[in-house]
Amino acid sequence: MHYNKKHFLDLKSLSASDIHYLLNSAQKMKYVLENSKGYVAPHLKGKTVATLFHEESSRSRLSYELAAQNLSAKVINITTAREFNQKISLKEVGTYVDKMGADFIVIRHPISGGPHHLAKYVKASVINAGDGLNENPSEALVDLLTILEQKNSFTGLKVAIIGDIMYNRVAKSSIWALIKLGAKVSIAGPATLIPRDIEKTGVTIHHSATEAIIDADVVLCLKVQEDRRGVALIPSLNEYKKLYKINKTRLSYAKEDVIVMHPGPINRGIEISSSIIDKEGSVLDKQQGSGIAVRMALFHLHCRSGGGSLHV
Amino acid sequence: MSNTNLILIRKATIITHDKTIYNMDILIENDKIIDVDTNINVDQCDIIEAEGLYVIPGLIDMHCELCEPGFDYRESFETGGAAAIAGGFTALTCNPMTSPIIDNKTVVEYVVNKGHNVSPVAIYPYGALTKGNEGEYMTEIGGMQLRGIVAVSDGDISIQDSKTLKRVLQYASMFELPIILHCEDHSLSKGFGVNDGYIATQLGLEGSMAASETLMVAKYIAIAEELKIRIHLAHISTKESVELIRAAKRRGVRMTSETSPQYFSLTEEAIKGYNTYAKVNPPLREEEDIKAIIKGLQDGTIDVISSDHQPHNIDSKAIEFSLAANGISALETALAVSFTYLVKPGYLKMEQLVEKMSHRPSHLLSLNKSFFGVGHLADLAIFDPESDYVVDATKFKSKAKHSPYHGMTLKGLMKYTFVEGKKYTLNI
Repeated sequence: MHYNKKHFLDLKSLSASDIHYLLNSAQKMKYVLENSKGYVAPHLKGKTVATLFHEESSRSRLSYELAAQNLSAKVINITTAREFNQKISLKEVGTYVDKMGADFIVIRHPISGGPHHLAKYVKASVINAGDGLNENPSEALVDLLTILEQKNSFTGLKVAIIGDIMYNRVAKSSIWALIKLGAKVSIAGPATLIPRDIEKTGVTIHHSATEAIIDADVVLCLKVQEDRRGVALIPSLNEYKKLYKINKTRLSYAKEDVIVMHPGPINRGIEISSSIIDKEGSVLDKQQGSGIAVRMALFHLHCRSGGGSLHV
Repeated sequence: MSNTNLILIRKATIITHDKTIYNMDILIENDKIIDVDTNINVDQCDIIEAEGLYVIPGLIDMHCELCEPGFDYRESFETGGAAAIAGGFTALTCNPMTSPIIDNKTVVEYVVNKGHNVSPVAIYPYGALTKGNEGEYMTEIGGMQLRGIVAVSDGDISIQDSKTLKRVLQYASMFELPIILHCEDHSLSKGFGVNDGYIATQLGLEGSMAASETLMVAKYIAIAEELKIRIHLAHISTKESVELIRAAKRRGVRMTSETSPQYFSLTEEAIKGYNTYAKVNPPLREEEDIKAIIKGLQDGTIDVISSDHQPHNIDSKAIEFSLAANGISALETALAVSFTYLVKPGYLKMEQLVEKMSHRPSHLLSLNKSFFGVGHLADLAIFDPESDYVVDATKFKSKAKHSPYHGMTLKGLMKYTFVEGKKYTLNI
């Protein structure tokens, strides 16, 4: 098995073996990370990672920066104004950063396909840290790693994804990957938040949360918002809670050893009931270690496959 | 008789909207055709050997943006005219989506005069239906008609308010000008440039529902039918629209419609990989829609094929998908795409294509063009129906040197265009 990709733009274009390879590499990184605290690996020595965030982020950017530093890379950060500035085009900013000698550009962008667009013009490896309504592939890898650690395999696994699929790009990346990896994915959420023709990916759509959860090994809850840019997508959080909240009754339809995951921060009592949240170990925390390990693996693998303009 | 202005086209296959004649010679003197016969013998004249080539009346475009005044960095009358010639068009119309918008007689006068002075082909402006294309206040159509508009249209914007629409249609109907309407319910879609379906979901893009078009088509038909107003619907893209128009025509509604090459040659698949060059409004649809559009062209539900030329600067195209402008630089591929996708597979006869790209537009716009025969103006397009050629958008005459057809192999390479007897030699 050989992984040979210049950019990391999405999971939908990767094969199952590519994804396995990434996860495997992340597992190794995680092992090193956990067992040799403070060790700085030399893999990215002399390389520069630029983080280009066109949307605010704290957690993601932090884990990218730590991951890069753990591999001895220099890190520079460009976070543009909160509102995406249309006057300076992405191409201009990106190619500028590229010419300054960045080997990696980690980009979060409010427009679907933004990183793909940038990748056409730069020598650096582009790492997609989330684009519009499209994908957030690295964050999905973190979730997949957690699932893998808990369940050892994806084949035949039943994963229920509950909530706002439409506006959750991590969930979309997860769907693409899980289907490729041989999992069965059922999704449930208000009809207004289910992307058109999503069943063509191979997922099954339910509008009842309970139906989606039946026999699930993994329940992935998503954040929900009442409106997006002033457009009401659900009548109220109260109604959402009645139909989609993960509570004891609904969860009783899942497998005994079901794991419940949530990207956090949880809307307590709306997406998941308090009693489940507070029960020790019932909702898996975002594992920061996994987050950093996944990004270290991404840097390492894409560095090997040709990232880097001035230092090759 | 001085022979210096004589051009003889030899052994041509002449195809008009109603007949095909093989192995004919055509003699052109100055701006007119003076003889059509087998074996014309003239001493000392410019001879074009046209054996194996098709000679058709010059194409006439009903849906085109020429960007003047205001956006001549995108296209000008000169470059638009040059693109027209390269594509076999001898007359263009121009949508009022300009700056200032063609919504008053002064701008009409400017377009008519400048078009006449600098463009190698005839340019006929459309006047806006509402001031500033804003869908609110009626324009002075009467004044614009006197200065030379040949139709009224708000370009690629639809009047959303039904009551305003009704009044505007009523008023515009007095002038016997075609009323050309774009079909889009803007509360459902605002030129997203991608069909609402699986491809949009795959790319994480917000799509334009087919229903956005269908609703407007239905609304226009309902008002036009009840008030007996003649309407023309522009760039139809969905099977539902075709069905509505077919049914309306059967009921006797006075309407015509048009589509454009991208809607019978490309599907939404073309935008995969965020290909902004295939971003158009209405968006590219699905295989089923293409079938319906072709059927509509065959049975006459769709009367006209227009180029839908919307030239955009590369900086408006080579950007993030959602920010990219809608539109294709289409004048130079319209005939070849139509010929390759409609005539070659046998969906339409070449006569029908001439009807839809020349004769019918001329008739609808009352241009008194697209006639072929002795004594008529020599507005002709001559192309090679057999050889393959590869589209190279970088060689376009249009300022917009990009195309979703770039690199594709088509048939129908234009060889010569004649505008009022003036010969333009292309691609030789």
